[in-house]
Amino acid sequence: MKNISLGFILFFLSINIFAQNNGEIHGDFDLNMQSYIEDATINAVAADEVIRNNSFLNIIFTKNNFSAGLRYESYLNALLDYDDDFKGNGIPYRFATYSIEGLEVTAGNFYEQFGSGLIFRSYEEKGLGIDNAMDGIRLKYKLLKGISLKTFIGKSRTYFTYANGIFRGIDGEIDLNETLKLQSKTRYIFGGSFISRYQQRNNPVFELPQNVGLYAGRLNIINGGWNYYGEYAYKINDPVNSIQEDAVNYASGNAFTSSLTFSKRGFGITGEIHRADNMLLLSDRDRIGKAYIMNYIPTLSKPHAYTLLALYPCATQAMGELGVQLDIFYKIKKGSLLGGKYGTKLNLNFSRINGLKGGTSILNDNVNFTPEILSFNEELYYSDINLEVNKKVNKRIRYNFVIANQTYNKDFLEGKTPGEYGVINSTIGVLDLSYKIKKGHTLRMEVQTLIAKQLETASKKEEGDWVMALAEYTISPNWFFTIQDMYNYGNDDESKRLHYININFGFLKGANRFSIGYGKKREGIFCVGGVCKLVPSSNGLNLNITSSF
Amino acid sequence: MKQLSIILIATFLNVGTIFSQERSLPNIDVKTLDGATFNIQNLENENNPIVISFWATWCKPCKKELNNIAEIYEDWQDETGVKVVAISIDDTRSMSKVAPYVNSSDWEYEIYLDSNSDLKRALGVSSVPHTFLINSEGKIVWQHKGYIDGDEDELYEQIQAISK
Repeated sequence: MKNISLGFILFFLSINIFAQNNGEIHGDFDLNMQSYIEDATINAVAADEVIRNNSFLNIIFTKNNFSAGLRYESYLNALLDYDDDFKGNGIPYRFATYSIEGLEVTAGNFYEQFGSGLIFRSYEEKGLGIDNAMDGIRLKYKLLKGISLKTFIGKSRTYFTYANGIFRGIDGEIDLNETLKLQSKTRYIFGGSFISRYQQRNNPVFELPQNVGLYAGRLNIINGGWNYYGEYAYKINDPVNSIQEDAVNYASGNAFTSSLTFSKRGFGITGEIHRADNMLLLSDRDRIGKAYIMNYIPTLSKPHAYTLLALYPCATQAMGELGVQLDIFYKIKKGSLLGGKYGTKLNLNFSRINGLKGGTSILNDNVNFTPEILSFNEELYYSDINLEVNKKVNKRIRYNFVIANQTYNKDFLEGKTPGEYGVINSTIGVLDLSYKIKKGHTLRMEVQTLIAKQLETASKKEEGDWVMALAEYTISPNWFFTIQDMYNYGNDDESKRLHYININFGFLKGANRFSIGYGKKREGIFCVGGVCKLVPSSNGLNLNITSSF
Repeated sequence: MKQLSIILIATFLNVGTIFSQERSLPNIDVKTLDGATFNIQNLENENNPIVISFWATWCKPCKKELNNIAEIYEDWQDETGVKVVAISIDDTRSMSKVAPYVNSSDWEYEIYLDSNSDLKRALGVSSVPHTFLINSEGKIVWQHKGYIDGDEDELYEQIQAISK
């Protein structure tokens, strides 16, 4: 680490000289500070430090085809919803890259994704505390027109250190139309990728593969408004957590994803299906947890932005699931009866995710057994059907209305004992109304309600019904003020019929944003993509500053 | 720690010396909706201003901003020749919803996909929406974080100020 830091000092000093002619330095800064006060009613604990803080500063230098950058991160100490291992200060991210005549060379940290991410994705999601940046060497080369190759070798970041596994990867993509100069209206793009993880054999009992390989092939066909994407991925046997377990499993894994989209003016439709079986790739076979996951199987459900719609979010089960999703977008024309003066937008979304017939390969050690490929009648993990109506009524009023019904297998998705909470079925309604008072001044109101049903046989009671109201006053271009209350009025336990009130106040100007808030947060699961984290309940003041230059 | 402070000092000195400098678009590839690779440095609009707006299908204020601009986009184009480029940061979870959403919404913007956030990172965008204004020389002259109703008026004033 010392050598690296010294290198970077020299590097940045030298930029000083270069910078005089045409080099550019830019970056962004983010500060998240939160105080934690005890509140026994919602199980919020006080922090010993009183306040905790996550901050980072990104700096990127560019000059012609060269760029280099670093990120300073500070967790003193990390917010309670982050893993404890984010601790202290450091520069866990630094890179230098240049490109010349179609070849791009990167040394240091980089993020990379092959295909849709089924066998490999290195990315950052600050909100979740995920950052599995690679550290190593990456090359990208545009071989011919329409043919591109990527290859890398490196280790992946976990917190302020690197996981044990060494990853090697190569990915190639060919755009037939570009390469063969086809005049066809249909575009064909093929891609293939291979990943290998090396980790030393360290188990005295089991013969573990030191090199674990994964491969994937993909196809994208596009014609006018039509778009088909399909990808298949395979992982050789990779017995994990063999130290803890007394038996290991030599099952291989596989996954596929397939989507078909059609759209034209005023109308769009997307249908998707995916299946994953024992398809978790870890950067260290002896560790568990989201910090070690190196591939990405996105959740096949709509990412909801409204609080109560996201109260019971779905998480991908890379070990075994089969999901389908359908989306229809339609805009009712302006001037029609239902369209009104500005038209009305509709989005119908349906998704359903269930287990694999026969369980996952990992349970069965698939030497002799493979779960059925397609079976839609298995244990339901999650389903969601929702309709969103977005309408501008006149120059002052616009609204967004959502109605949804979700089924959430709490026992399975949250790892509870079967029968503990069972399956939660909730019906949710959201009305989001904006009213423009005068130029630049807008009042926005949200009312949300969630009515939950739970089987009588469940041994533990879930939280029950919720209602939420929000009022937001904004003055463009600088100010916003929000107050919201979430009320768990339907909780079976009367002492838990609590209000969660939050107040937020913010100032924005150009590239700077300041906001300060106070209130109680409910314990819950917060997800982005297919990855989720448990956010503990909290009570206190928060300060957020973001800025970019 | 000593080393760290030296790095930071060196860095900040640098920032100081060139802070007033103009900013260019980075050398980053994104994808078009029909699957082609596009280098963002090749953006052009016959020397007229370009607005780059980072958005996602799951981001309410982003969609509000782009829908509000869509209603007045024709007037903007007539008066200033401006072009709006909407860059979706939807990852593979929601990427397939981008084209249906855009087409069903009648957006006339140029749309690109930045599905592993490479361009987002290179431009220092920490959250969406985030809007940049590019002048006739391809330099970023103004940027704005977030969107609240009416912000398009301020953006338009900035566009007018740089259009000929």
